Amino acid sequence: MDLLNAIVALLNFVIVPATAYGAQLALGALGVTLIYGILRFSNFAHGDTMAFGTTITILFTWWFQSLGVSLGPLPTALLALPFGIAGAALLMLGTDRVVYRFYRAQKAVPVILVIVSMGVMFVYNGLVRFIIGVDEQRFDDGDRFIISARDFKEMTGLDEGLALKSTQAITLVVAAIAVALLFWFLNKTRTGKSMRAFSDNEDLALLSGINPERVVVVTWLIVAALATVAGTLYGLDKGFKPFVYFQLLLPIFAAAIVGGLGSPLGAIAGGFVIAYSEVMITYAWKKVAGYLLPESLEPDGLAQLLSTDYKFAVSFAILVVVLLFKPTGLFKGQSV
Amino acid sequence: MKNTWLAAAAGVVVIAGVGYYLTQTSSQVEDVADAEAPAEADIKMGVILGFTGPIESLTPQMADAAELAWTEINEAGGVLDGLTIGPVRADSTCIDNGAATAAAERLITGDGVVAIMGADCSGVTGAVLANVAVPNGVPMISPSATSPGLTTAEDNGLFFRTAPSDARQGEVLAGILADKGITEVAVTYANNDYGKGLSDSFISSFEANGGSVTINAAHEVGKGDYSAEVASMGAAGGEVLAVLGYADQGGPGIIRAALDSGAFDTFMMGDGMFADSLVEALGADMEGSFGAVPWAEGDGADAFAAITEAAGVNGDSSFTRESYDAAALLALAIQAGGSADSASIAENVLAVANAPGEPILPGELGRALEILAEGGDIDYVGATNVELIGPGEAAGTYREYTITDGDYETVQFR
Repeated sequence: MDLLNAIVALLNFVIVPATAYGAQLALGALGVTLIYGILRFSNFAHGDTMAFGTTITILFTWWFQSLGVSLGPLPTALLALPFGIAGAALLMLGTDRVVYRFYRAQKAVPVILVIVSMGVMFVYNGLVRFIIGVDEQRFDDGDRFIISARDFKEMTGLDEGLALKSTQAITLVVAAIAVALLFWFLNKTRTGKSMRAFSDNEDLALLSGINPERVVVVTWLIVAALATVAGTLYGLDKGFKPFVYFQLLLPIFAAAIVGGLGSPLGAIAGGFVIAYSEVMITYAWKKVAGYLLPESLEPDGLAQLLSTDYKFAVSFAILVVVLLFKPTGLFKGQSV
Repeated sequence: MKNTWLAAAAGVVVIAGVGYYLTQTSSQVEDVADAEAPAEADIKMGVILGFTGPIESLTPQMADAAELAWTEINEAGGVLDGLTIGPVRADSTCIDNGAATAAAERLITGDGVVAIMGADCSGVTGAVLANVAVPNGVPMISPSATSPGLTTAEDNGLFFRTAPSDARQGEVLAGILADKGITEVAVTYANNDYGKGLSDSFISSFEANGGSVTINAAHEVGKGDYSAEVASMGAAGGEVLAVLGYADQGGPGIIRAALDSGAFDTFMMGDGMFADSLVEALGADMEGSFGAVPWAEGDGADAFAAITEAAGVNGDSSFTRESYDAAALLALAIQAGGSADSASIAENVLAVANAPGEPILPGELGRALEILAEGGDIDYVGATNVELIGPGEAAGTYREYTITDGDYETVQFR
């Protein structure tokens, strides 16, 4: 019984939240890593791209809700997601046409593009605030919980509850589908293969007749889809606030770099590494230890390795260590 | 040779031009100062608030409220047999200690103010106090600085505030828990001066009452994911979770994550968490949670609402009541001491603010001046039930509330 309680406590507070958070970071990091791999710059505007896509999704969600359209137990936002993706795609293609194409034609060095993307970031930032405001928005509807902590306790008779939010389950399912689609696209389709060829060796790809503008357009479309999906899932789970999305940029970049910039598999692994390290290393093991250890050995204190103040320090310490020993990241991306 | 002459001539022209420009601008500066402090004002008072910066949306109303008190006194015939009081405004910026210090320096040495209504934010208030007010011996009353650190600041008896210290709020929160018989809480605070100060003062009062804190975890404001914080607090346990943060930055995220994971059902909230948006979003799930927020009620608040409405000043904005009271106290202290001298004002603030004496509400400043002129004693009540305790800071009235049926319900005032 005590063993079960310990497992449930760990699941409820560490495994489930960290897995959902990890999936959201992984989707964000995938977008960053694709742009780095194919367009060859670090896109600082990614967090605000997520915010923009989510904003459009929220607007359509509200519209559907006002029409009475719903998906029953599932959030209406899933229905609005394609519209959000389309909105983000239009914005990104427009940005590319107006801003990035100019610098591509000049063969600008990556550091210039990074600074340019910061400018784009501020513009998106303002655009989102202009459209939806700076306040927090909730747009989740449908069933909130698959199982709530209280119901779980009553069902099982355990002392510990296990809550599984429907948004957490949806996050994992949608993330899995998105990743599967992406890998299928990159590995099996002609366009996907040409994108990987372009990423591996631009000159060789051009010589073999790949149209670079087409690769760029497809990349932006995929990135818009990934960013909107990541942003919407995050917003469903934790609420949408433009400022928070701006701040998400940091853990997303950490995830992409730990995994190896340019490597899609690395981005996913990186997302989970960062999420788990934030939650686990600062977790107070007192409760779990209390269930597992005999009474004489129970800790008096919190049995916490580091205070939660240091959770960002932890993920960045991991980042530094990885870069020191494997500059290309865990999955052999490009060195930064 | 010709070139040298040309250069010299050009130099003369430039110098003359610069000199002319300087005289023009300095006379313009004086014009502005004159406009702010009408020539007929016999006594000048400084109003130093953050007219630019993070609280720039609040400060104009605060300054208006303060100046309303002086206008009222001037219309009642002024202090000390007919001397009028005029304000001189200056910008504290709220965050830039250097700029605030320079502005306060200008008020005292340039404009010759005898006392200062301000500053607003705790950081710049401390800087102005230490760098300008104390060296020059000028008293200041802050309407809005709440940091507990200012209680023990070296002030030579010159610093007062009409806003209660967060140290007092810590006692109030600990008192609520004591009444409820709760002895074990987890605490999370916004990781900044406000959150840290409030958490320290709450924990020391709570532990003095015999309570124990299972964990004291900081949270960064404005982040999206608080799984790690909630996981640690859930593991540490406790009967309630004390959330000492902001209602629009982080606080709701913590509460939502704690509710969702079943870690806590009941929350205690500090004043920064008081907002309608919070109960709109989460009120239904937070049934029975409670907290405290500084509150003004009673005759003083009603009288203040009446005079601000009559004068066309926004009296509902934050800290306008405290600003009016701060300005009124300075003026009444002049009358009580019989001199517009800085040292005399500082000595008499506590006497006019506290009992014994005739209670004075907003709008009754004229009567207060008469009583003082006749040698009587007043107890300034003002808009916020002013009662200065300790080293001269407001005791403060707090409203204890619980969340019932998804809305705030007043339990009592303490």
